[in-house]
Amino acid sequence: MKSMYLAFLAIAVLAVAADYSLHRAGFSVQDVTSGPAVRLD
Amino acid sequence: MATITHRLLAFIAAVTLVLLQGTAAVAQEAAPADPRAATGGAQTLEDILARQRGESVDYTFRREDVGDPSKAAPMTGQLGTLGGVSDPELWRGLRYGSADVTVSSHGPAAEVVIQDSGMTWLAFREGPLASYGGYLLLGVLGALLLFYLLRGRIRIDGELAGTTILRFSAIERFAHWLLAGSFILLGITGLTLLFGRMAIIPLIGKEAYSPYAIAGKWVHNNVSWAFMLGLVLVTLFWLVHNIPNRHDLKWLALGGGLFSKHVHPPAKKFNAGQKIIFWGVLILGVSISVSGLSLLFPFQMPLFAVTFAKLNALGLPQLAGLGELPATLLPHQEMQLAQLWHAIVAFVFIAIILAHIYLGTIGMEGAFDAMGTGQVDEQWAKEHHGLWYEEVTGKPAHDPTSHPAE
Repeated sequence: MKSMYLAFLAIAVLAVAADYSLHRAGFSVQDVTSGPAVRLD
Repeated sequence: MATITHRLLAFIAAVTLVLLQGTAAVAQEAAPADPRAATGGAQTLEDILARQRGESVDYTFRREDVGDPSKAAPMTGQLGTLGGVSDPELWRGLRYGSADVTVSSHGPAAEVVIQDSGMTWLAFREGPLASYGGYLLLGVLGALLLFYLLRGRIRIDGELAGTTILRFSAIERFAHWLLAGSFILLGITGLTLLFGRMAIIPLIGKEAYSPYAIAGKWVHNNVSWAFMLGLVLVTLFWLVHNIPNRHDLKWLALGGGLFSKHVHPPAKKFNAGQKIIFWGVLILGVSISVSGLSLLFPFQMPLFAVTFAKLNALGLPQLAGLGELPATLLPHQEMQLAQLWHAIVAFVFIAIILAHIYLGTIGMEGAFDAMGTGQVDEQWAKEHHGLWYEEVTGKPAHDPTSHPAE
């Protein structure tokens, strides 16, 4: 059963990593759908 | 004389009337090609009624009626400042996506000011998609329950050997659970997001559903990467083992032994039923991943206009009586079609996996061990994957001195 629990852990790690890295890479909705004239934060 | 004159006049009048009626009839038969001439080119009552009846109306006459700047009156003339485009013509251009729009924000969708396909999408999503999808899943669950009641749990026929052999290695099981775990999360969050407004909000209220919907969307978006990675790994590990062979025909002819006791058609590592699941997962998994990526990166991966153009070129929609599919779509229409396709594929996918989960757990004794610990009892291996057992152990799956169970 170790493989199963490891896979479930990997799902969580991959999800957090994907969310973090996509935001860092500028793929957030606000980054993608706004222009330079828009102040985001 | 007067009588004759009257009769002659009456005859002439009658002939004239008949001739006039005939001319009118001919004129009616050769009705003007433009049925909207009477409305000055605007839609007619019949157009409106046809639309309200849900019939398809060709709106080319409106789509193309967007004015012509080259015919603009001079600036000094009356209405010259409108630049050859009246307000209604400008709004038609905006509505049908042909107006020259300049915006300061990013993305192709930002230039679409009006799109009128949203209600069609919403009606389909909350109507046929949710209804038929729901019926499909309930039908599969009902069929599995019926199968369980009639057949019961598929037991191991012989005595347990007590010794086990390795069926799936640790990395194979990891890949399977990466795919399976992410699929279950995606399935649950996808279904609850689809049925949220219809089924869940009436039960728990908007205040309780809102944080769940936000979390569910986060999970659905981000767990998708694990699903895609799992799909790639499973394909790499098992593709070779799932190429059909002659044993599959026998397996299928005997129904895999699922419907009768003591029947065990020979199978290698995967039997024909598992191969069907594998190819189903691969094809549906790729399709749902591609449409999912299109939804994850809105407006950046349009799929349908280019697919429709290729299908039109092959003549497939015409063969099916659908006519030519639209080869030009607004960015929003691309997203709407991607969402519908994603959900349709998901329903079929979930239906197949429900059967897989049933057989892998309560439906068959000993099946879960293959993906749990990776070890299966030798007797289970002999009965369900006899050819694979012989390959792995070098021993015969069936004792040649004993008679097979009837």
